Order: sequence, then C-alpha cells, then structure tokens
Amino acid sequence: MVLPAQLRALARLESAAVVAVDPPVTPLAVLDAIERTWPVLAGTIRDPVTHRRRPFVRYFACGLDLSHEPADVPLPGPVAAGSEPFVVIGAMAGG
Amino acid sequence: MSGVRVLVGTRKGAFLLEADGARADWEVEGPLFPGWEIYHLAGSPVDPDRLYASQSSSWFGQLVQRSDDGGRSWRPVGNQFSYEGVPGTHQWYDGTPHPWEFARVWHLEPSLDDPDTAYAGVEDAALFRTVDGGQSWQELPGLRGHGSGSSWQPGAGGMCLHSIVLDPSDASRLYVAISAAGVFRTSDGGETWTAANRGLRSGEIPAAEAEVGHCVHGLAMHPTRPGVLFMQKHWDVMRSDDAGDSWYEVSGNLPSDFGFAIDVHAHEPETVYVVPITSDSHHFPPDGRLRVYRSRTGGGDWEPCTEGLPQQHCYVNVLRDAMAVDALDECGVYFGTTGGQVYASRDSGDHWTAIVRDLPAVLSVEVQTLL
Repeated sequence: MVLPAQLRALARLESAAVVAVDPPVTPLAVLDAIERTWPVLAGTIRDPVTHRRRPFVRYFACGLDLSHEPADVPLPGPVAAGSEPFVVIGAMAGG
Repeated sequence: MSGVRVLVGTRKGAFLLEADGARADWEVEGPLFPGWEIYHLAGSPVDPDRLYASQSSSWFGQLVQRSDDGGRSWRPVGNQFSYEGVPGTHQWYDGTPHPWEFARVWHLEPSLDDPDTAYAGVEDAALFRTVDGGQSWQELPGLRGHGSGSSWQPGAGGMCLHSIVLDPSDASRLYVAISAAGVFRTSDGGETWTAANRGLRSGEIPAAEAEVGHCVHGLAMHPTRPGVLFMQKHWDVMRSDDAGDSWYEVSGNLPSDFGFAIDVHAHEPETVYVVPITSDSHHFPPDGRLRVYRSRTGGGDWEPCTEGLPQQHCYVNVLRDAMAVDALDECGVYFGTTGGQVYASRDSGDHWTAIVRDLPAVLSVEVQTLL
C-alpha cells in the first residue's frame, strides 16, 4: 500500500507498506491489516468508530478511483497479487 | 536553575521554546509533527516532563501525542473519542438537528495532581477524561446530557469545548466553556453540570440573557482565588466573584471588548490581561496596533502595554488559547499570533520582545515554569 507522506512519517515507513492478506483482498481487509501492523495509523485513513473512509482521503488502484466503492468489494487482481499498489492519498487542496 | 518552557501549537506543527530563568536567550525546537495542526499542548503541573499534544488534520483525523521526557521524544497514545450512548443531536447552523460528530481535540488540561489524568475538550462539544496517561479516553456524558444540549449550536469555528478550568481547592469542581453555548460548572467531578451564564448578555441572539447560547471565548482563574473567574466573551470582558453563579461586565475603558485570549498574573489575582481585537469580522487589533491590555484592578480600568509590540500596520489575531503566564518571581507573560510571532514579557507586561517569529499561525501557547 502506498501511503501519503504524513502517514508514512507517522508510521516511520520509508517506502510502501506491505501486508499479507488472506483472500478476498478487499480495502476493508487491507486496512484492517495495516492498522494491526501499524496501530498508529488507526483512525487516520478511516474513522476509528464507523470505519468510513475519511472525506479527504482517496483510494486508487490500477488506474481506478475506488474511493466510492464498498469497502468489502475485492480489489483488482494485480493488487491482490502484490504487483500493483493500493494507493491512499490525501485529497488535493490548494489555493 | 529555574527556567521556562513555552509550548507552541501552530497550524503546521508544534514548537518548544526554552530559556533559563533570565528568559533572555531562547532555544527553539521544531517543528514537531510538521504539517499537522497542533491545537494545543499542555504539561502536567506535577510532572513537567509529561506533555500531551493534540495533533489533528482535516485529512487524517485526530491523534494525541504524549512525551515523558519534556518533549525530547513523543509517542502516539489513544485517539478514540467515542460519545457515550446514543449521541443525539445539537442544532446545526440552520437550526436543524445535527448528530454529534467528533472532529478534533481543542484543549487538553492535565490534572493538578496526577500526570496520568487529563481532560480533553473536543468538537463537537464534549468533555473526555483519561486516567491512564492518554491510552484511553472516556466521555463525561453528564455535560452533553445537560438538558440544554440539544439546543447548543456551533460558532463560526465549530461547536467546540475549548476551555477547561480546574479548581485547585476542590478536585470535584471544574468549569468548561463551549462556543456557542456558554459556561458549565460541575461540583461532583463531572457527573452533573449547571449552566453558569447568569449575567452574560449577548445581543446577537434572540434572548440576549438566555441560560445558554453565549459565545464564550476564554476563561481564566487565579489558583489562589478559585471563586473569581474572568471571561473573554465574543463581545465583553466579564468577571464572576461567586464561582460562576453570576457575571458582571468589566470591559471598562478597553478600545474593543471583543477578543479571544485572557489570563491572570501568576502572583497578582487582580491583574488580568486581554488582547483587544477590533470585531468579530475584523479579526485584527484596533488601529493596526498590537496592544495587550492589563488591568491591575480586576477589570474595569485597563492600561495598554505596548513597549516592544508593533504599533502600526499590525493585522494579526491572538487566539483563545494563545496566551499564558509563567510563575517566576517576576511574572512572565506570553502570547502567540496568527502571524507566527510569540511575544514574551518578563516584567508582567511592561516590555515585550518576540522570542520567535515567522512560525505558522499560532493556535496555542502554554508555559511551564521549570524549577
């Protein structure tokens, strides 16, 4: 999983976060594994109580915006196979 | 050797400023948690090495950081702030019911006698407490359960519980202030609460002297006189001599009685400081002159403290948690601005100097007196 710089700093990660997930590999399962491995990230990508994606966070994979997909829908095959990343980004803001 | 540590929260990180008792040379450390909004940092009165920091982001939510070594290292602790029971609703800006939703921690107030106990004032307004050093936080639901809770509504900055004042003479008594609901007091450790707004008058609301609905900006108390409270309200500087049972106005000769920050001299319970701001739409000092006003009479009669502060073309704001005092023999007074300066006076406000400048907008300033 590719995380935004702020969250990499929080988790003291220098590169992508890699977790093993049993099938089906869904955003829910990946995020559960991420939070188990790096508890400091709990509540940062999704609400700690409702588990809803934070409004200014987006999920991308294989060129697709998966932000609005149900969290229990399997991710694309290359993500499950580990050849493509599940990308979490903070929504862009400028001005 | 005595010293001072100033804890500065900003829009883009935290900074720690340290000096010895002379308060002449300052070491600046930071930014800590760069890129994150640090609404507040606070140190335990009984263990100055124990610090808590509220770290938040509109993107990535709320964290609470804790240090056990005076800020040299930090670790995240619990960040779950779950309202007790069915949260219910408060009023939204348009008057419709809106569910209580946690947004962030505005203010952290460590206990006066236990470093592992601290209070957190949050948005949407509620009071939480930890008794395990921040690992877990439990709501004190009696406050939100006050009969008026469903009528509270947010101020422009959100519906935040931003001020927590602990009574050093009675551990079961504390005061909180909520924008825009007002002041609430408990005398049983947070189980039950009473609105403490009698005497407040807010011309902006339909019932100017309503029991709740007042936009209180800040509270201050001198520890030796816990029955006397000072308040900076949206408009008006107020005083209570009966532990919040009633309030009367002490704005006196201030050039504007709008403002955010208020504090009391460490050794003189009748010496009070405010920073007048022009108005609720003009969040900058009157006439572009940054002036701390000091009353040595408990309000009413105020004098400007200007020496060392910019007296032209200054259009910064000083936010509600951005003023503090130290407890050295000659009281130090400190405040931070939205322009990124932290000003300090080591002579009770007579002379000021910027001990750091060009930080991100300052959200909060707290001071630890290190003995």
